[in-house]
Amino acid sequence: MAEKELNSDDFIKHHLQNLTFGQCSDGKWRFADGHINIGTDQKAHQETKEYTCNPKEMGFNAIHIDTMAMSLLLGGLFCFLFWSVARKASVTNPSKLQNAVEYAFDFVRTGVSDIFVPKGNKIIGPLALTTIAWVLLMNLMDLLPVDLIPWIANGFQSSTEYGWVHYFKVLPVADINAPAGMALGVAILIHYYSIKEKGVGGFLSELTLQPLGKWAIPFNMIVEIPGFYAKQAALALRLYGNLFAGEMIFILIACLYIYSGELFQAGILSQSIMWGIVGILLQILWAVFHILIIALQAYVFMILTVVFLNQAHETHH
Amino acid sequence: MEDSLLKIAGAIMVGMGAIGGAIGVGVAASKYLEGIARQPELQGYLLGQFFIMMALVDALPIISLAFGLIQLFG
Repeated sequence: MAEKELNSDDFIKHHLQNLTFGQCSDGKWRFADGHINIGTDQKAHQETKEYTCNPKEMGFNAIHIDTMAMSLLLGGLFCFLFWSVARKASVTNPSKLQNAVEYAFDFVRTGVSDIFVPKGNKIIGPLALTTIAWVLLMNLMDLLPVDLIPWIANGFQSSTEYGWVHYFKVLPVADINAPAGMALGVAILIHYYSIKEKGVGGFLSELTLQPLGKWAIPFNMIVEIPGFYAKQAALALRLYGNLFAGEMIFILIACLYIYSGELFQAGILSQSIMWGIVGILLQILWAVFHILIIALQAYVFMILTVVFLNQAHETHH
Repeated sequence: MEDSLLKIAGAIMVGMGAIGGAIGVGVAASKYLEGIARQPELQGYLLGQFFIMMALVDALPIISLAFGLIQLFG
């Protein structure tokens, strides 16, 4: 099979694929190859295969290794950072890092205490701080260039050549699994606190007896139950949609460099440089706008978590 | 044929999401400007609230944008 040209469709699909570890068609557990192989080693790689390792066929048990690695790494980094500041915290001579951490801490505390009415709940403060810091750190990974980490992971060669890492998506939030996991945790907490504060009967009566009275229970259920669950699902999907769209636009602008490279190889040097500069400008513009979106989405995730837990605690009469 | 139907579907999703998002954020922004006109000293506070409301209003159009981009390119 001839060497496949780098065209933009395959480039986009290549960058949208996660590093999946799952069961291939012969039953053994391997990293997925998919069929989006763009690289010069393609022929040698495909001749020796008697199994297929398609990430779409791996089923429910497949793990996205890059999502797990990046989110655990960033969570550990955040925990270590705050722990190391708290260990050496001093009142009289605070370091700059301690000032920054105290500012973040105060910000979360005032934000939470404005919204969360019941006092004495020990979990809401750490939950809010974890939510905003972790989501913000994971979102910040979007500002790295699309090919940078795969380039490093492949041993400083191009990510379309075959290193040992075929796919690597740096942005864990652009995989639906990471925001869905966080929203699932929040959903479990909402159910737990609803039932604990209001009792099972109170919780069910809130779902079935509002807005109309008790003679319109089917209508109330149709109105309230989808609203209740749609709010929690929208928490995940809002974060996923914003960050996925942002990353998609970064990848699409990066496709301009493919065109610039083709022009360079065809010998039209001036046009190639021009498209390269246009690409740089567009990436910078979009990155500046994206910083606002990143911070805003992390803040909105935290605020909505606190608002939903507040609603789980309060009773309407 | 199926491929082109997917692309048309992606285009419809992106387009209608853009319409809804633009109208929603426009209404919120007009209310913000009215609020500044009434009480100019609240401008900083209202700006923060406006950004929160914009993120909430923008959620569903961006969800449909994300799914539309998946149809178009994946």
